[in-house]
Amino acid sequence: MHPAFSVIFLTTLIGVGQGLFLALYTGQLYSVVNVLPVQDSHSFYGLGSLLTLVFLLAGLVASVFHLGRPERAWRTATRWRSSWLSREVIVLPAFIALTALYGVINYYDLNPVLFSLNGEIHVELSLVVGGVNTVLAFALFFCTAMIYACVKFLQEWATPLTVVNYTLLGSASGFSLATAFAAYTGSGLVAFYAAWAVIITLAAFVTRIASLLRNANIKYKSSLRSAIGIRHSNIQQKSCGFMAGSFNTREYFHGATKRKFRSVKWTFLLLVFPLPVLLIGIGLGTSQAQVFALAFAIQYLGLLAERWFFFAQARHPQNLYYQTA
Amino acid sequence: MSTPLHDPVSDSRDANSRVEVKNTTCYMCACRCGIRVTLRDGEVRYIEGNPEHPLNKGVICAKGASGIMKQYSPARLTKPLLRKPGAERGENAFEEISWERAFDLLEQRLAHIRETDPKRFALITGRDQMQALTGLFAKQFGTPNYSAHGGFCSVNMAAGMIYTMGGSFWEFGGPDLDRSRLFVMIGTAEDHHSNPLKIALSKFKRQGGKFISINPVRTGYSAIADEWIPIKPGTDGALFLALINEIIKQGLYDRDFLVKYSNAAELVNMDQASTEYGMFVRFEVPKEEGCFDAQNKLWWDRHLDRPISMHTAGSDPYLLGEFTLDDGTPVKPAFQLLVERVRNYTAEWAAEITGIPAATIQRLANEMGITARDEKIELPIAWTDTWGNEHDHVSGNPVAFHAMRGLAAHSNGFQTIRALSILMSILGTIDRPGGFRHKAPFPRPIPPCAKTPTGPSDIRPNEPLNGMPLGWPADPDDLFVDDNGEPVRLDKAFSWEYPLAVHGLMHNAITNAWRGDPYSIDTMLIFMANMAWNSSMNAAEIRRMLNDRDENGEYKIPFIVVADAFQSEMVAFADLVLPDTTYLERHDVMSMLDRPISEFDGPVDSVRIPVLPPTGECKPFQDVLIELGTRLQLPAFVHDDGRRKFRDYPDFVINFETAPGSGIGFLAGWRGQGGEKFMKGEPNPKQWEMYEKNNCVFRYELPKSYQYMRNWNQGYLEWAKRHSLTRYAEPINVQIYSEVLQKFRLAAQGRSFGKQPPERLRERIAQHFDPLPFFSETLEAQRTDLLKYPLNAITQRPMAMYHSWDSQNAWLRQIHTYNYLYVNTRTAAAAGIEDGGWMWVESMHGKVRCLCRYSEAVEPGTVWTWNAIGKASGAWGLDGKANESRQGFLLNHLISEELPSEHENEHLSNSDPITGQAGWYDVRVRIYPAAADEPKQTWPQFDAVACVPGQCEQRPRSKWLKYIAGAMRKPGARA
Amino acid sequence: MKQLALVIDLNVCVGCHACVTSCKEWNTSGPAGFLADRNPYDADPSGTFFNRVQTFEIGAYPKTETVHFPKSCLHCEDPPCVPVCPTGASYKRAQDGIVLVDYDKCIGCKYCSWACPYGARELDQNQRVMKKCTLCVDRIYDESLPQSERKPACVLACPTTARLFGDVNDPDSVVSVAIRENGGYQLMPEWGTNPANHYLPRRKTQISIHEDELIRVDNPLKKERQLPMPGSEEQTLDDITSW
Ligand SMILES: Nc1nc2c(c(=O)[nH]1)N[C@H]1C(S)=C(S)[C@@H](COP(=O)(O)OP(=O)(O)OC[C@H]3O[C@@H](n4cnc5c(=O)[nH]c(N)nc54)[C@H](O)[C@@H]3O)O[C@H]1N2
Ligand SMILES: Nc1nc2c(c(=O)[nH]1)N[C@H]1C(S)=C(S)[C@@H](COP(=O)(O)OP(=O)(O)OC[C@H]3O[C@@H](n4cnc5c(=O)[nH]c(N)nc54)[C@H](O)[C@@H]3O)O[C@H]1N2
Ligand code: SF4
Ligand code: SF4
Ligand code: SF4
Ligand code: SF4
Ligand code: SF4
Ligand SMILES: [Mo]
Repeated sequence: MHPAFSVIFLTTLIGVGQGLFLALYTGQLYSVVNVLPVQDSHSFYGLGSLLTLVFLLAGLVASVFHLGRPERAWRTATRWRSSWLSREVIVLPAFIALTALYGVINYYDLNPVLFSLNGEIHVELSLVVGGVNTVLAFALFFCTAMIYACVKFLQEWATPLTVVNYTLLGSASGFSLATAFAAYTGSGLVAFYAAWAVIITLAAFVTRIASLLRNANIKYKSSLRSAIGIRHSNIQQKSCGFMAGSFNTREYFHGATKRKFRSVKWTFLLLVFPLPVLLIGIGLGTSQAQVFALAFAIQYLGLLAERWFFFAQARHPQNLYYQTA
Repeated sequence: MSTPLHDPVSDSRDANSRVEVKNTTCYMCACRCGIRVTLRDGEVRYIEGNPEHPLNKGVICAKGASGIMKQYSPARLTKPLLRKPGAERGENAFEEISWERAFDLLEQRLAHIRETDPKRFALITGRDQMQALTGLFAKQFGTPNYSAHGGFCSVNMAAGMIYTMGGSFWEFGGPDLDRSRLFVMIGTAEDHHSNPLKIALSKFKRQGGKFISINPVRTGYSAIADEWIPIKPGTDGALFLALINEIIKQGLYDRDFLVKYSNAAELVNMDQASTEYGMFVRFEVPKEEGCFDAQNKLWWDRHLDRPISMHTAGSDPYLLGEFTLDDGTPVKPAFQLLVERVRNYTAEWAAEITGIPAATIQRLANEMGITARDEKIELPIAWTDTWGNEHDHVSGNPVAFHAMRGLAAHSNGFQTIRALSILMSILGTIDRPGGFRHKAPFPRPIPPCAKTPTGPSDIRPNEPLNGMPLGWPADPDDLFVDDNGEPVRLDKAFSWEYPLAVHGLMHNAITNAWRGDPYSIDTMLIFMANMAWNSSMNAAEIRRMLNDRDENGEYKIPFIVVADAFQSEMVAFADLVLPDTTYLERHDVMSMLDRPISEFDGPVDSVRIPVLPPTGECKPFQDVLIELGTRLQLPAFVHDDGRRKFRDYPDFVINFETAPGSGIGFLAGWRGQGGEKFMKGEPNPKQWEMYEKNNCVFRYELPKSYQYMRNWNQGYLEWAKRHSLTRYAEPINVQIYSEVLQKFRLAAQGRSFGKQPPERLRERIAQHFDPLPFFSETLEAQRTDLLKYPLNAITQRPMAMYHSWDSQNAWLRQIHTYNYLYVNTRTAAAAGIEDGGWMWVESMHGKVRCLCRYSEAVEPGTVWTWNAIGKASGAWGLDGKANESRQGFLLNHLISEELPSEHENEHLSNSDPITGQAGWYDVRVRIYPAAADEPKQTWPQFDAVACVPGQCEQRPRSKWLKYIAGAMRKPGARA
Repeated sequence: MKQLALVIDLNVCVGCHACVTSCKEWNTSGPAGFLADRNPYDADPSGTFFNRVQTFEIGAYPKTETVHFPKSCLHCEDPPCVPVCPTGASYKRAQDGIVLVDYDKCIGCKYCSWACPYGARELDQNQRVMKKCTLCVDRIYDESLPQSERKPACVLACPTTARLFGDVNDPDSVVSVAIRENGGYQLMPEWGTNPANHYLPRRKTQISIHEDELIRVDNPLKKERQLPMPGSEEQTLDDITSW
């Protein structure tokens, strides 16, 4: 597939947003059960939500570049029964809205206690809103991933690993950002986020490697033989029917050399996993916020590469018809 | 973006538009299908095949369906242009002038030439099909220097077959695939009969016939062949001779057919000492001399065992044997000579030459012979032959052949095609069901009657030429040579160099005029031929010649006029450019006098009627010729008192008669005052309307009993005579043995009394004018170091492009944007060339850098490419950096118009020594990879030219083409 | 249920591209407006076509088959391109099974094209909406046309009648008969898309000759004193054996 930058940015940016929100909410949840110290809702959850929103909105903007006719984007919500894209388009704004609500509640401290559990755990409005939003965050990961995973003939994508990876990678980047955010805001959750960031990153490493291994051994169901229905071991396409360009000869080909393709793979494997983990470790040692920021930035760059690779690696069966492209 | 988008099922915008539907005839190629043009608000909405047209029956092809993009192409010329003072030829720098000025210029110049030396005017016509008018103009002007594209196209096919059986493939006849069981297609990629052949092929296959393709390349038609027989280019003659040998050896020939309908049984004089050596023995002098085959020859009767006058009732001649006449003259039946000729042409011998296994050749011979013999067709159609025998049925042998330029475009093509004609004849498949069928006005006498002048004195100032500019020599005395036996025509056609050059040698006209050999000329008018590019061999050198000056600084070819509709490569070299209309904007006729669209069952001709007004100042070239003819007072165009005779071309078509009162004109349909006559009759003022009402076609279906065996069909021949299609109702026997050729050979051997060839050509004539087909390597190969240049390079017609015309077509150019050289995978790999990589292909004349494409569908000794996809930079309204000029290439740079000289001052055309047919496919090449540091573009490159006045404005400024019919003039709709 | 479709006979398709440009021509000025071309006269042109004719070589020289392979939307009975469309712009008509795009609803997200394994959809680069073969839905029901012309443009254009048109669910239609009798097949059956368009394979005709048929009693050579008898002076077994 041809990696579209709009989609690369869209998925990575909202991934960061989703992860960051999950990080914030995890922090809140832990503090509610008194495992962690309570954070200042105004500066931490409020600003944290704002930061989340920035990423989500940036992702939204990126998505617009993917659409030929963004002015009709509203129509996309109509096919939620069948289309994961439609579902994503419904969940994403909902998630954004609840994130905003969550932020506002926290920022302006409009956070009445709704009820208490055991008289110890005070369930505030933000906790409920955040809880619902957490479900949305996971739903959004699921929808986004399913857009890819449900296309069964894109065999590199059509696996539960796609969902797992989207979720873990988005979460990892969100927790990395949360670590930096915590460090900058002077919150006490740095170590907590750092630990989770490392754990999720390592988990993502395992599942991403798993998908790489899986994809390296894919048996493609389609072949030139099934594509044109002629049973012969030696079929060569001499012309795809035209020598000019076309949508089909652009959209499905990454056009990169084998070398570039491979180097992107190693780049993302380095940038997404060991480097951030290393930097987070250094950050914990030196307590320097910039190091965490750097860890996130590097991981994000790595994710851009990862997403590029995710697209480029997928071999669309339509390409069987465009061998000479 | 103001155009609304629509649901494809929503109602069409046609609702509030003005929609018209008009019939005319396509000319995206020379096939000439009937089309129906739908116009919306005056613009072409849609062009589809006319279901009521006999030729294409509603279907269309890729080109025909892209007519819109030709009509609205940015390459359109729209104004008469004069080369800018000071600008070089080739620079494409012009100023626009008025038609009045253009006519004045031409009139002055041509009038002067005509009153001094008419031959200093040369008229060259390319891919047009109105040689009836252009030829008439040349003749009336008085110049012999008229040549038509046939000379480099497929004259071998026309001549080889017409000199053998009075008809030919190409537009004159074809395979009867409706009834055939075995179809052998040789060296054909697309051909002129594009759509009808495709219709017939699929029908044939679905009826279960076997389709064999003999071709070095397997694409297009060959792709769906049941059997592909790859052959080395230029070797088909060997294959046919071996097939003839095998078929005769097995006794699979149609003896009855040969006896009755060919000269196989006629006795040939074998007396070496006689001046009549190799001629048929004749028992009496015919009463009337004419261009027909007098039936005054002898057979050797089997029962009486003595000579007997041919076709004596009840006699049955020997086809084989040797006999002695009473006067002691040794004689042999022509067939015996054929058998002796092919005896050593064994399957094994041919296998060596053609690359086809001997067993395959033998099997082919058997399949042909047995299908012909055992699957006989019998139609209950009674007919009478010219000897008065009544037949109660027509029978046929269902083996059909078709061949085209794969045979024609070789310098040994004439004899190869003779061999093919003889193969078809011994199988008994001439004008019979399931075999080859003629199309009116064929069959013709062998050779046809039209003759050229015979000497320089036939060219006289202010007089029409004394003879036809193109004709059919029957013996050396018909040649158009001076007292020294040297050519009178610029292209040397009908001289001893190319005696049967029945279509001229257009491909040598520029070189000869440039060299002044045999003489210099003044004005060259080129119509519909892209001679600065694809219709010239050696294109780069020709471009130099066109722009070359003598020591006085004058152009060697002083004045070049180009009549074109588009900014072709040729336009840049013109002094004067005459913008023609497109086929949708003019009247045209597909005339019986030229190349009609006849069917097997009878004559058909057709017309084009404008569906759109001319663009800009475009003027139909026919109108231009009529205007010029009138101004020059050419007799055919003016009354005796000098008054204009014809308003314009449509008027001319109605009223012109080949001779006063002949009743023969350009159109055969609806003649006579009220349109009640056909073929001949007085002019009918309403003729155009009648064509218009009838789908632009006139079709006459012959009675069934006239539809077959027309060479010998009394009824048909009488009918043809009555309708002035022919002068004689005499049998047209297949010339297994060609006396015409023998006459030339006798002259060359100094054994005859008429015109004699110059010494230097005697041997060449004696060798090539063999009355029986033989095999020899092509002339080019004979003069090439085949170790150095081991491969054959050929081109093919792409189905979705017409010559160089279609790169201007936004849709078609997306299909063929540039071209590859296709090389057999192993051949390419052995040369170290990568698939898709840059490579060089080099002949002894030149070299080209191009892209390589591996292929398993090409014979390993052959490389090929699609013809004329490559373009000169900036031509055809394309951007200077268009892929056509950067990645596309022209094979013509490798092909020379002349053979490498063997003696000083020898300038022999790279052509068949008999017909002057250009040997396009003879070139030998070698290939090697391009170096890694070479530019990734084709070579040679030419300086980019800019557009010309009247054309630049057509070029869309936007990078988008968004065509909607009827919206072009609505603001904002089309960028 | 009715399912209109094309059946393409690879046995007779000569790769002429008539179906390609006649499709472009019919559709470019149709109800949906133009089919845009980019750089039409410059370097690297590009354009929207609904139908392409590809060329494949099968096998190695000299046993090579060249196959011309036309391809347009196959109007799958179970079209994966439809459910993924977030706007409902892509839909399959219940009444005749034609898969269409409503150009007024499409947002050009390309998702449907990802979901088509056949590469049958093309994004119009200028209008930025997804387009594809409509099976000439604007022609085949046009009552102003004579019945014989209510067929897709490409079908009418095809000189070899390699393109048949009809209802594949009607067992008596030309297309069903052709599929049944000539081994019609679907492309990439492995995805369960159940394409309505079918292809007919190459079929070969051969001539078989029995050796006995080669020489017949009325062989013409007999009439020519060929197949000669040995002369009376030549030896025969009569002269030399004595049993
Ligand atoms: N679409 C389209 N149609 C056209 C034209 C066009 O440009 N485009 N041009 C028209 C014109 S002017 C003409 S003359 C006709 C020509 O019609 P064709 O004769 O069909 O034209 P070519 O493409 O020259 O085909 C020559 C074929 O012969 C094969 N060949 C070459 N050398 C040999 C050989 O030695 N032996 C054998 N057996 N085969 C050989 C080539 O591989 C090729 O397939 O087409 C006409 N029709
Ligand atoms: N290498 C190689 N070269 C070949 C061949 C080959 O097989 N291989 N084939 C040869 C053969 S057979 C042929 S016939 C020639 C064809 O070669 P040409 O006769 O040169 O044919 P075109 O290239 O089509 O050019 C014809 C000219 O007619 C112009 N034209 C088109 N329509 C009109 C019109 O309506 N009016 C006027 N006035 N002009 C118009 C075009 O713009 C173009 O300039 O090519 C020959 N060249
Ligand atoms: S075959 Fe030639 S005449 Fe017929 S439709 Fe095609 S371009 Fe036109
Ligand atoms: S071929 Fe592709 S676009 Fe057409 S219906 Fe099937 S999946 Fe959809
Ligand atoms: S590109 Fe258009 S038709 Fe395709 S999925 Fe998107 S909205 Fe639907
Ligand atoms: S059915 Fe119509 S839209 Fe589809 S390929 Fe044929 S012509 Fe094009
Ligand atoms: S029009 Fe017919 S023969 Fe030509 S490419 Fe299309 S399907 Fe094949
Ligand atoms: Mo030609």
